[in-house]
Amino acid sequence: MRSAVHRYPVLVALCLAALLMVVPFVIVAMNAVKSPAEYSANGPLSLPEGLYLDGLKDFWERVDYSRKLLNSVLISGSVAVLAVVLSVLNAYAIGIGRVRGRAWVLAFFVLANTLPQEALVYPVYHLSKEAGLYDTRLSVVIVFTALQAAFGTYLLASVLGRFPREIVEAARIDGANAWQMLWRIVVPVSRPTLGVLLVFFFVWTWNEFLLPLVMLISNDNQTVSVALGVLQGQRLMDATMTNAAALLGVLPALVFFLVFQRTLTRGIAVGAVK
Amino acid sequence: MRSRARDSHALFLLPGALAFLAVVVVPFLMNTGVSFTDWRGVGTPTWSGLANYRELWGDAAFWASFRHSLFMVVAMAAVPTAVGLVLAAALFDVAGRHGGRITAVLRACFYLPQVLPIAVAGIVWSWILDPENGSLNELLKAVGLDGWQRDWLGDPDLALYTVMAVMVWVQLGFPLVVFMAGLQRVDPQLYEAAELDGADWWRRFRHVTLPQIRPEIHVVLLWCTIAALKVFGAVYVLTKGGPGGATDVPSYFSFTTFFEKTQVGYGAAVSTVLTVLILVLAVIGLKLQTRAEDDEEGSVR
Repeated sequence: MRSAVHRYPVLVALCLAALLMVVPFVIVAMNAVKSPAEYSANGPLSLPEGLYLDGLKDFWERVDYSRKLLNSVLISGSVAVLAVVLSVLNAYAIGIGRVRGRAWVLAFFVLANTLPQEALVYPVYHLSKEAGLYDTRLSVVIVFTALQAAFGTYLLASVLGRFPREIVEAARIDGANAWQMLWRIVVPVSRPTLGVLLVFFFVWTWNEFLLPLVMLISNDNQTVSVALGVLQGQRLMDATMTNAAALLGVLPALVFFLVFQRTLTRGIAVGAVK
Repeated sequence: MRSRARDSHALFLLPGALAFLAVVVVPFLMNTGVSFTDWRGVGTPTWSGLANYRELWGDAAFWASFRHSLFMVVAMAAVPTAVGLVLAAALFDVAGRHGGRITAVLRACFYLPQVLPIAVAGIVWSWILDPENGSLNELLKAVGLDGWQRDWLGDPDLALYTVMAVMVWVQLGFPLVVFMAGLQRVDPQLYEAAELDGADWWRRFRHVTLPQIRPEIHVVLLWCTIAALKVFGAVYVLTKGGPGGATDVPSYFSFTTFFEKTQVGYGAAVSTVLTVLILVLAVIGLKLQTRAEDDEEGSVR
């Protein structure tokens, strides 16, 4: 009994700390549904008196938010799929094919993964202009497919390195060639890991800021992150607009989080400790 | 026969190799090359040798940006790791006593900022921290602490600390989730034995928890330090490096040098220094990690 009483303060303290973490989200949600008049009369801390959705609607139309969402979905979705394919091909050659010099290839992917984007951004910007790809969504897809695949290769190669050799040998004796082995055996068996990677690549690409900011100049091509970041950077938004922007930016992240919570938290743990 | 099978697998690396050549290798070499030239982004770069680096050496703004990076390492690696450890251990205890459901909810609350685009986190916080009508100042007024109201992001003496606080909020979930996963590996008998020996919570934390999840601590510290050195989006959205360069960091410094001042050679030099620093850290970190793993395997088996 005494130990139970002794433990409760910990639970209470944890709940308070967790509350502190989510308070910003609550404040944003509260104020995004206030009218400008209500906001200026009662300030940011009062509970909303009613549901005022015109602010959100105005903002949605003003920044053509549907278009931004579409761009983000297209870019992040394509990157997720392509980067997983690229990671599988690389990791297959390294982890199962055991190509010569694989330790070096792997080290290269790890280092490529830690490289700061600042060291790539200007040449990528310059080269994409030369290639006529500047300010296209395709350019961002290409760049992030390669960058995310660096991480994917690193993670998958270590997973596939522990792939049971007996299965590989048995398939080889049955006359399966390298392609058949990849698509019929390795990919189906590692589907859970591939799922984790797919989710991660999608969310990471959705959240990327520097390269899309540099590469996507026109309004029609911008992602949610870039559009909101640029608006904020211009300091042209009033309180109502800022809240609408914040809420509309938070919502997709919240949806991903609720849908993928298990994958995300489990995946983080897998990725960090191989 | 065997070597032919290996060579056939090398073909699978081809698409990846091409993509990396185009996106990573060539741009990286170009960037490094440009750092030895004087170039405004148009025309042919003129070779200037080490002139950019010599100029960096004497550039107070450059040194300030790297000094701010150290603050970011504290805010994004040191503090989240320390706080994350205590929180993870406490949450783990709670899971044992109050069930897994409440723990999952609490963990989700801490992890939530991690999935938020940094641009959106920046919008949320710059509005909360706004000097006029911002929620924080309003809250201080509501509880009678008017004297504590500040221009949190606009005061040069304060802005860096405010950005640091926001980064702790952003980063905390990552170590927490990794550490909680690590704790699940720990043999519960170790805790029971420690408890029988009369070890209090703090002792168990120090002598059981910490040594058992040391591999996770290493990885988290390395990753978070690298992330801290790269931080860009938060600074862009919260302060644009201001006021008066008080929150400038190397990545933002190179960004403005590239795209606002269009001193491409100089910007390339800044990003090259940053890259070398990060690569050195990554190599040292990986070396330490492999050595720790080898030691562990040697002692266990």
